[in-house]
Amino acid sequence: MTSIEVRESAIALPEPESDAVGLEAVDVSAWFGTNKVLERVNLSMPPRTVTALIGPSGCGKSTFLRILNRMHESVPTARMAGEVRLNGEDIYDSSARITAMRKRIGMVFQKPNPFPAMSIAENVTAGLKLTGTKVSRSERADLIERCLVRGGLWNEVKDRLDEPGQGLSGGQQQRLCIARALAVNPDVLLMDEPCSALDPTSTRRVEETIAELAPDVTIVIVTHNMQQAARVSQQCAFFLAEMGTPGGIVEAGTTKQVFEAPHDPRTADYVNGRFG
Amino acid sequence: MTAVLEPLREDVPRELERVFTPADKAFRRSATGIGLTVLVLTAAIGLFLGYQAIPTLHRYGLSFFTQSQWLPQQDIIGLAAVLVGTVEVALVALVVGFPLALMTALYISEYAPAAIKGWLVAAVDLMAAVPSIIYGLWGFFFLQPQAIHVSRWLAQNLGWIPIFHVDTDANSASWAQTKFTASAFIAGLAVSMMVIPLACAVMRSVFAQAPLGEREAALALGSTRWGMIRTVVLPFGQGGIIGGTMLALGRALGETVAVLLIISPAFDIKPNILEVGTETTSALIAGLFGEASKAQLSALLTAGFVLFCLTLVVNTVAAVFVNRSRSGASTEI
Repeated sequence: MTSIEVRESAIALPEPESDAVGLEAVDVSAWFGTNKVLERVNLSMPPRTVTALIGPSGCGKSTFLRILNRMHESVPTARMAGEVRLNGEDIYDSSARITAMRKRIGMVFQKPNPFPAMSIAENVTAGLKLTGTKVSRSERADLIERCLVRGGLWNEVKDRLDEPGQGLSGGQQQRLCIARALAVNPDVLLMDEPCSALDPTSTRRVEETIAELAPDVTIVIVTHNMQQAARVSQQCAFFLAEMGTPGGIVEAGTTKQVFEAPHDPRTADYVNGRFG
Repeated sequence: MTAVLEPLREDVPRELERVFTPADKAFRRSATGIGLTVLVLTAAIGLFLGYQAIPTLHRYGLSFFTQSQWLPQQDIIGLAAVLVGTVEVALVALVVGFPLALMTALYISEYAPAAIKGWLVAAVDLMAAVPSIIYGLWGFFFLQPQAIHVSRWLAQNLGWIPIFHVDTDANSASWAQTKFTASAFIAGLAVSMMVIPLACAVMRSVFAQAPLGEREAALALGSTRWGMIRTVVLPFGQGGIIGGTMLALGRALGETVAVLLIISPAFDIKPNILEVGTETTSALIAGLFGEASKAQLSALLTAGFVLFCLTLVVNTVAAVFVNRSRSGASTEI
């Protein structure tokens, strides 16, 4: 059994800076109908940090992630309790506009989902159009380039920006979705198993993209891949739902600590691949 | 050790044979048989009508389509006015029904709370189950007395557009109400009630198939519900919108009883939809076939043949649109 290596650079949590925005979940519980799937989850996701959510299937990681940008409530029977604080303000507060909150907390999904009726360039600017953000023609071209560069896709598509986004490979589509999410300039980027439908090369490109984004954007990533969690994240939270109980965090801490010196035996078993 | 050279196998595609189980075979045959029966029936109706139409078409030739009057006693027979009336009634039904069907479908699939969704679907489907004679009675006794005021308003304000012109003084205090009754407009309103559930059902089922991934992508970008509908649901549902509308048009073209009850027959080619009197193909057939002689019956069946071809074309085009759109195909990955 080889233990998973954690990069040295990934150990130290960066000092929070004044303009950076972090996310904090306080006593978050979730239900689908009467079935409770999360119980009292508390997790601080500091600014400029990549937080990985790991755990076996059905432990509530994705539900938790979707609570972080209010996508959870789009499911008809879904309910939640607790608070999610973006820069100290509860995003579920009655004065908070759901569209504004989702714009500040972007999301990349498991399955790449570019808009098929739109070109690559239109896909990047779709968020601006949808949120009614006006950009001039010259700014638009700059923005498309900047976002595609940040998404790690620019070199592959710069000559065919007007072609449909559906024509790209799965990995390219996913990076297009990242570029699209970045175009509205979010403070936080949530990623729900962004690489699970991708081949190893595309996965590596997305991971590089995450590393490049980390200094500017707070990233929360759900992943089933332990190596990936170790490679990309500085902080890690292990979720578990034991037989018949709602999911919750067993252990959270720096990625190095969770992987190399877990406090809880269940965490040790999971990160070393003994169950899950 | 010497290698024995085996003769090279021929490199051509193999004929692959599939062995079906008896149950599979039986099901396959009966399904094919029933499917073919439907096609054969449709073809038989078409052939029957076509065959019956031969004497009439032979006798009147092209003038059957250019002559507007229908006076069998004077040996003058033509479909021109009837076809114009048919299209007018159908178009009125579509212009009124399309926005209502689209909005209803969008409301049910996108906005309605889950608790009332099922009820709304049932209510709209129930509209389709109401016999058309009921719509005819409703149109004649309830709708018409109200709708003539709309007709008058349109004639007063938009009368300079030929289709809204009525040959009377609409502004007069004692306006000629009977000039506004029994018109293509009122018949079209009644028919629209019948085509709404059809168009709505097609649109609704297509909207419901709009991929969740794309919907969530739009919402997660901070889009409003309406923004999401505009970028995801409507482009995806395009085929269904067009197809559902065409199916509704096909239904509207053939609607008989309600139209027969409301309109008063008039064989003039006129664009004035608000004015009393018009005629549609199906109403013509239903109204005249009771007392028709053999030759007149052939003429009516020819009218039926024309209507059959018209609706066949419209429905085929509708099917092409629905099938060709992404809405009909499975979504990839």
